[in-house]
Amino acid sequence: MSDQTDTGTDTGPVLTADGRSLKQSLERALRREKLRALMLIAPLLIYVLVTFIAPIADMLFRSVENRIVSETLPRTVIALQDWDYESGEMPGEPVFAALAADLREAVKAKKHTRLGTRLNYELTGMSSLFRQIGRKIKRMKDDKPFREQFLKVNKKWGDPEVWGVIQTYSSPFTAGYFLNAVDLRLTPRGVEQRPESERVYIMLFKRTILLSALITFMTFLLGYPIAYLLSNLKMKTANMLMILVLLPFWTSLLVRTSAWKVLLQQQGVVNDVLVWLGLIADDHRLELINNATGTVIAMTHILLPFMILPLYSVMKTIPPSYVRAAKSLGATPFTAFRRVYFPQSIPGIGAGAILVFILAIGYYITPALVGGRSGTFISNRIAYHISVSLNWGLGAALGALLLVLVLALYALYDKIVGIDNVKLG
Amino acid sequence: MKLTTTLMATSALIASTLAAGAEDMTLVSWGGAYQASQQKAYAEPYMKMHPDVNIIWDESSAEAVAKLRAMAEAGNTTWDVVDVVAADAIRLCDEGLAMEIDPDTQLAPAPDGTPASEDFGETLVSECFIPQIVYSTTFGYRTDMVGDNPPTSVCDVFDTEKYPGKRSLEKRPIGNMEWALICDGVPDDQVYDVLATEEGQARAFAKLDTIKDDVIWWTAGADTPQLLADGEVVMGSTYNGRLFKLIVEDKQPVAMLWDAQMFDLDGWIIPANLSDERKARALDFVYFATDTQRLADQAKYISYGPARKSSAPLVGKHATLGIDMAPYMPTDPANAKHTFLFNYDFWADYRDDLDAKFQAWVSK
Repeated sequence: MSDQTDTGTDTGPVLTADGRSLKQSLERALRREKLRALMLIAPLLIYVLVTFIAPIADMLFRSVENRIVSETLPRTVIALQDWDYESGEMPGEPVFAALAADLREAVKAKKHTRLGTRLNYELTGMSSLFRQIGRKIKRMKDDKPFREQFLKVNKKWGDPEVWGVIQTYSSPFTAGYFLNAVDLRLTPRGVEQRPESERVYIMLFKRTILLSALITFMTFLLGYPIAYLLSNLKMKTANMLMILVLLPFWTSLLVRTSAWKVLLQQQGVVNDVLVWLGLIADDHRLELINNATGTVIAMTHILLPFMILPLYSVMKTIPPSYVRAAKSLGATPFTAFRRVYFPQSIPGIGAGAILVFILAIGYYITPALVGGRSGTFISNRIAYHISVSLNWGLGAALGALLLVLVLALYALYDKIVGIDNVKLG
Repeated sequence: MKLTTTLMATSALIASTLAAGAEDMTLVSWGGAYQASQQKAYAEPYMKMHPDVNIIWDESSAEAVAKLRAMAEAGNTTWDVVDVVAADAIRLCDEGLAMEIDPDTQLAPAPDGTPASEDFGETLVSECFIPQIVYSTTFGYRTDMVGDNPPTSVCDVFDTEKYPGKRSLEKRPIGNMEWALICDGVPDDQVYDVLATEEGQARAFAKLDTIKDDVIWWTAGADTPQLLADGEVVMGSTYNGRLFKLIVEDKQPVAMLWDAQMFDLDGWIIPANLSDERKARALDFVYFATDTQRLADQAKYISYGPARKSSAPLVGKHATLGIDMAPYMPTDPANAKHTFLFNYDFWADYRDDLDAKFQAWVSK
């Protein structure tokens, strides 16, 4: 810099060799630097935007989006505005005429069955009602009242419930999916609790959190001594053991899960050994799989490396001289561990616990394979709604709730432990 | 100069890949023994007749509906012919994701000239569905665990005193609810009327409650064969083709309980909005693959019954095992003494509702 000022003039602002002011020149250089940095991360940024942010935004949007009703039946939706569900009577002829006109167009575009599927999520029977009317609508006569013609096809068209559902779900956005995801439902009479026999999601959310917490605790219990051992062994031995820790990573998840089946089932290895040892009777074999126990065992195994690795890398950095110093000052080995070593390993526990918990809460393959009835997670229901029932709105609402839940737990964790206190090494 | 050459070479390469791509036809199926039977009975002879067509397989049938919907939303359907169960075909048709087919003009007539619509008969359950096979969901039991008194009725599944031990059932309401009602004394032809009512559903759940603690719930078709082979369950439901493999090919001590087997159909659909060229090719393939001889040929490799009436007399022996296939067909008169017809319309309506109830029930 001093060279540059020397070559410049000694009056006015400081100039660089090319005659610009130093400030400008510096800014330009910095801007170029920033641009270059941005270009370097651009591939990652675009990748994250396209494959991560965009799908999540799309999913959040789907959980409230409900344009299908107003787009497929525009006239009916307007005609229905004056109709009152509380009257307990079916709507008048103008509404039926509007519906007939809408349906004629919808049938031509083959959209009526899709609408039927959508409304069937809210009221059982709508799917076949729309499919049936779609077949008959072509033959309906314009000069006769539509109401009678509809009722002739199916007397359900006279049921205020059917019209109530169309009216309730006619707005382009709905809270219906989110209500459904917390065991409520949006009916023409307002928000109601679902009948007891259909409440399943809150229970599954609770179970997912509880079992994930249990799995996290188990991985800590098993992983802590291993990580301690690894960090205190000679490099050569530690590396050998590390390969054993990482080995499960190189085996397919399905293979590992199936291996647990072979081990844990009632005619499996574990039960056979216990019977042979005489610890349990042959006709009282333990149920270790196809229930919550199976899920916890298999997932603890699968997620264990995610606890060991951060613990190991943090423990590696704890100088052994601290514990020695504590002991030389008169601490028993246990006190030295509890007061000196353990507090220093907490950042590793924090990192491992967050990793394992967040991975566990979204797991679905393993719970589906070994979970039976008491060990399946909320993600199994999300997968079901995305790939089987095609109720993407409900799947999206459940996914959004799960996301909020994870973020809330993360915030809670930050408050209690402090996120600065998390270290991966 | 060099740049132009490179560019020309590149564009030539792209053009040739595109041209080669135009000959590819993607078939979607279930993988495993079933797809292998389709490969041998349909795809290989078809490719021999049309050397310019290259058939690519995709084992995605289990998620076909969701994937087709995603493809349609993205505006790029990459599949040409898709194998799905009838219930999925109905849903794809409802969603406008599958093409409607006129059986009499777009499918082959029987050898004696009977039009396809008559030959397929009631297996044409949707305007978009091109039936292929009749399969059934039925029970298999361990012959060495039932003593001298093997089960003969589907209601033995609910009899834990006579047949103690675990049984495996599919973790969904379809099938289980019907069997529960049949064994609770509802006549076959009234099952769906009863199941449409709240009381009827409660009744089915009450019946299932009696064995709830003795059930291992399966989700994949391979689960029950594995559970039976390991002796984990004394009996369990699965697809009849899986049991055939377990009994005949793997030689396990398992026998079939055909009583109240639940008939279901599997077949092709052609996705909607294909280009004219791809549509024509898909239709040409389907015309060939569902003719009388081809459907009968498939039964050489797997124990599923052909969907055409005219194919039944042509069913012969297993291609490698050399055994008569007829006694293993769900449609064989000896096996079909008491069968149960799956009601597609009912399940299209009640699937979501009953599934929510079933999942709540099963989780408690």
